[in-house]
Amino acid sequence: MSLDVARERPSTSLFYNPRLRGFLWQAILILIVGFLSYEAIVNAATNMRARGIPTDFSFWDRVASFDINQTLITYSATSTYGRAFMVGLLNTLLVAAIGVFLATFLGFFIGIARLSKNFVVSKLASIYVEVMRNTPLLLQLLFIYNAVLKPLPNPRDSISFGAGIYFNNRGLVVPDPQFAPGSGFILIAAALGIAASFAFKLYAKRRQFESGEILPIARVSAALILMPPILAYLLAGQPISFDTPVLRGFNFVGGMRVLPEFVALVVGLSVYTAAFIAEIVRAGILSVSHGQTEAAQSLGLSRTHTLKLVVVPQALRVILPPLTNQFLALTKNSSLAVFIGYPDLVQVFAGTVLNQTGAAVQVIAITMAVYLVISLITAMIMNVYNRRMALVER
Amino acid sequence: MKSIAATFLAAASLALMTQGASAQAGSKTLDLIKQKGALTCGTNTGLAGFGLPDDKGNWTGLDVDLCRGIASAIFNDPTKVKYIPLSAKDRFTALQSGEIDVLARNGTWTQSREAELGLLWVGVNYYDGQGFMVRKKLNIASALELNGASVCVQQGTTTELNMADFFRTKGMKYEAVAFADINEAVKAYDSGRCDAYTTDASGLYGSRLKLVNPDEHSVLPEIISKEPLGPAVRQGDDQWFNLVKWTHYAMINAEELGVTKANVDEMLKSPNPEIKRLLGVEGDFGKGLGLSKDWAYRIVKHVGNYGEAFNRNVGEGSPLKIKRGMNALWSSGGIQYAPPVR
Repeated sequence: MSLDVARERPSTSLFYNPRLRGFLWQAILILIVGFLSYEAIVNAATNMRARGIPTDFSFWDRVASFDINQTLITYSATSTYGRAFMVGLLNTLLVAAIGVFLATFLGFFIGIARLSKNFVVSKLASIYVEVMRNTPLLLQLLFIYNAVLKPLPNPRDSISFGAGIYFNNRGLVVPDPQFAPGSGFILIAAALGIAASFAFKLYAKRRQFESGEILPIARVSAALILMPPILAYLLAGQPISFDTPVLRGFNFVGGMRVLPEFVALVVGLSVYTAAFIAEIVRAGILSVSHGQTEAAQSLGLSRTHTLKLVVVPQALRVILPPLTNQFLALTKNSSLAVFIGYPDLVQVFAGTVLNQTGAAVQVIAITMAVYLVISLITAMIMNVYNRRMALVER
Repeated sequence: MKSIAATFLAAASLALMTQGASAQAGSKTLDLIKQKGALTCGTNTGLAGFGLPDDKGNWTGLDVDLCRGIASAIFNDPTKVKYIPLSAKDRFTALQSGEIDVLARNGTWTQSREAELGLLWVGVNYYDGQGFMVRKKLNIASALELNGASVCVQQGTTTELNMADFFRTKGMKYEAVAFADINEAVKAYDSGRCDAYTTDASGLYGSRLKLVNPDEHSVLPEIISKEPLGPAVRQGDDQWFNLVKWTHYAMINAEELGVTKANVDEMLKSPNPEIKRLLGVEGDFGKGLGLSKDWAYRIVKHVGNYGEAFNRNVGEGSPLKIKRGMNALWSSGGIQYAPPVR
């Protein structure tokens, strides 16, 4: 009976105010979440302290006393855990940077190939995409590492490419450039060349805008970038020499070595991610209506110019946001390195360091924070670029 | 930094919290095990002689036998064990968080693991030391000839640290290729990625059996470290610590007294007071451990004594054929020694 009465009455009571109720529910939810997090932290800290598990970050400055086989900065067994963290982080960033570059390049190529009018080319591209994106990445990595790289010959029977370049199951060994004094000039010359090529591009754009004349940007830029460093190299008396690797004992001594684990990881990640990027690129290009192409051609633009000036800029608007996702995915997937023995952040820090120090919660927290920061920075850069490419609406 | 870390601390520790709390509250691991109806035992992911599932999926090994011994003492049934295979990297976290009741996974007993990880080693069921395995065709007779070599290793182990110490003190260069999983490390060595594979000597013999051509590999004579391997438990439950410890000691005492799986029933009638106490004929020594008085009888009846377990899993009766050496009883030249049951 009372229910009927309530329904008939106009809701004047404050208790039935929809805005107040909504606010109340949200406040309750926040309180519950807050309480649970607080309980979780306190409970974990108490339990850890009771068992004598470290709860602070004092391990950071202690000596690591283990070795890592790929270090971009100086590191030895006498370095600290903090240094080991940096080594792992840089190794992760290296894989991510090279992987993103290769995946984008390969992805664009395959995406365009899928739209090719040539039956064989488009079918091959389709098969690539379907195989790559429908099998697990870990499986692909293990396949590349175990079935492709490890059957390579041992150092004594290395495949030689001449010029001190060798390929074996310990990786790719190449001569290591040694920079004598005077090498700085080459760097300066290269920087000047790049700056000059940018200036020329701006000039060419303006020239085209004013007169319609199109200057050969690519050829001139290439000359501007390449010529100054070569000239500087010759003028400074050829200051760069090469330390060629020599087979001594078990392995090559001298030179630079690219680990097979690194190759497997970079190739695996880029080949896998490229399949997804290819689909994004295909979708982007198809999203530009055919009328645009016809309009461009009716204005007398060549096929190349139609693609470059009309289709690609519009396709990019569709391509960029999902492309960011793929970059983030590739970076995060690089943590699969742990399965093939590549010393990335997870393998070194969340693996060995965690195990030697026992500071599991702190180490995992730092590792998660690092991936979060890397992802947020990548997303930020892509968002800025996306805003520049986006359609300006008036 | 601090505040970011604190936020993630919460997220990462959720699992740790719930299970840790329950184990903490009662301080009665044994009660929980009885409630669950089975012991949860952390084992190796696959190391012949210590913890390896056979072709029927039954776990075998020296460490596994200890778990079976504990289950026998509690339930009078060695099959009431749930095995959780763990990598070297994950093993201690699993024990700390309460996911497993006992870690019987050829873990090295070290000071920091007890002082900093909140664990306790109950004893040593295998005295070991770290060695190297190489291909015979390299013609190497000593680990001192390994300068410049690539060495495959399982990460998160004392092995990784000992190796760094060894090469550093000898002034030799090397490349450590570390894998999270022992099988991946062995596979990488087998395929030629590394010149040498290093782990505890017992593990080298076990891993050699898994190689494509075991005969083409030899173990170098140098032992570069002390590796007392044994089962570990969490700190904070002394009764449980004692139960696991005395399961191990009961097996050693049984060997010393000549009580075997085959003769344990006859031994019940033995006039020897030590045997009478061990098998529960005289006195009730199980009570303080939370067990029945025939606890040790059950262990020997179902699993056998330490010597039998050793022979069956790693000794002459196994493909590994490892000599007793240091692991012989103190009375026959080794250092395995158990305090008396009385």
